[in-house]
Amino acid sequence: MTAQPPVPSKQKRPFFLTRGPMENIATGLIGLGFLMLFQPFLLIFYTWSLVTLLAGTFMFIIVSKFPE
Amino acid sequence: MTARIRKRTGQFFRMRRFKTQVKSVTDTSSTILGEAVARATPAPIASRIRGLSDRSMAWLFITPAIALLLAVNIFPLIWAIYLSFTNFRANRPNAALESVGFSNYSRVLNDPNIWQAMQTTAHFVFWTILLQTLIGFSLAYLIDRKFRGHAFWTTIILVPMMLSPAVVGNFWRFLYQPQIGLFNHIVSFLTGIPPSSFEMLGSVRLSPWAIIIVDTWMWTPYVMLICLAGLRSIPDYIYEAAEVDRASLWRQFWSITLPMALPFIMLAVLFRGIENFKMFDMVTLLTGGGPGSTTEVASITLKREAFESWRTGRASAFAIILFVAVFGLANIYVKALNKVKQR
Repeated sequence: MTAQPPVPSKQKRPFFLTRGPMENIATGLIGLGFLMLFQPFLLIFYTWSLVTLLAGTFMFIIVSKFPE
Repeated sequence: MTARIRKRTGQFFRMRRFKTQVKSVTDTSSTILGEAVARATPAPIASRIRGLSDRSMAWLFITPAIALLLAVNIFPLIWAIYLSFTNFRANRPNAALESVGFSNYSRVLNDPNIWQAMQTTAHFVFWTILLQTLIGFSLAYLIDRKFRGHAFWTTIILVPMMLSPAVVGNFWRFLYQPQIGLFNHIVSFLTGIPPSSFEMLGSVRLSPWAIIIVDTWMWTPYVMLICLAGLRSIPDYIYEAAEVDRASLWRQFWSITLPMALPFIMLAVLFRGIENFKMFDMVTLLTGGGPGSTTEVASITLKREAFESWRTGRASAFAIILFVAVFGLANIYVKALNKVKQR
């Protein structure tokens, strides 16, 4: 009977380095920014829409390169 | 039995020999053609190309395309980003440029008039896309039934899409005339209200809808064409299997037709969405942004800022904001599209 080599335990990546959830957060930010840009209710939302959109878009570009 | 096997084996080997002969003839002719082309290449070019690796050759071929792309797309974008941080005015091109930091962005994002233009754009984009998708898909579904004369009707339906927006804008102005316009007379015939009692282009309430109607009329065939491609790509055997399972037509539509045509519908929505955010020509021709600023969509405001108020730097900032919005939305939309395709 030969001894089985120990299976290396799979290193779990931290939450902020996985693509799926981070992509969802980025998508949410883009969607939120888009709604803020075109909503007719509050000017302050419109003012902050570009920052939200840019944050979401940059985040999306970066996290879409992460492994699953 | 043995004789039959021998016969089959003979056939197999004859076929194989034939295929080998065909292949060798094809190879020989392609070699001859290749040599002829090589001989036709002028000597100085041939000597220069002969020393290049495959990778270098690939770069050589794609360089003109990349250079054109950089000159036509990327350079204006970078230039606009640069101008958005300056006080540039297009009527004073030789004046010294001063950096104003984020002030242009701040002004655009605190201007209630531009905010209003954004809302007008959102209203216009939402309704045109909704109507075009619903009507376009319904028409594609009807055309896909392949009734008698469907090819003729497809051509007729596609006509509006082939017209120039300038032509469409002008003749719809004529159709919307309160006294002699056909549109007002049809509405009058259907509803009983006098044709000259309402003005589609002059009324604050109706003018946004006048533009939505024209854009829907013009671009529904485009959506129909893409949806039709989607419907035609669904194999018949899936419907046959559903019929064997005694699925109703309603069930077939919801479980086969719609899910399989969905990537195409989404693609059509993406294309139309991007186009409608930039809508300029039709609005200019029909209402010019009026009455007042009721139909002043973002692109009209942008043009007025850049070439009427001559605040070109601020207009550049506004253009970049629109670009970021469309780019961000296109990103998440493409992600959703890929998910639908993978299903």
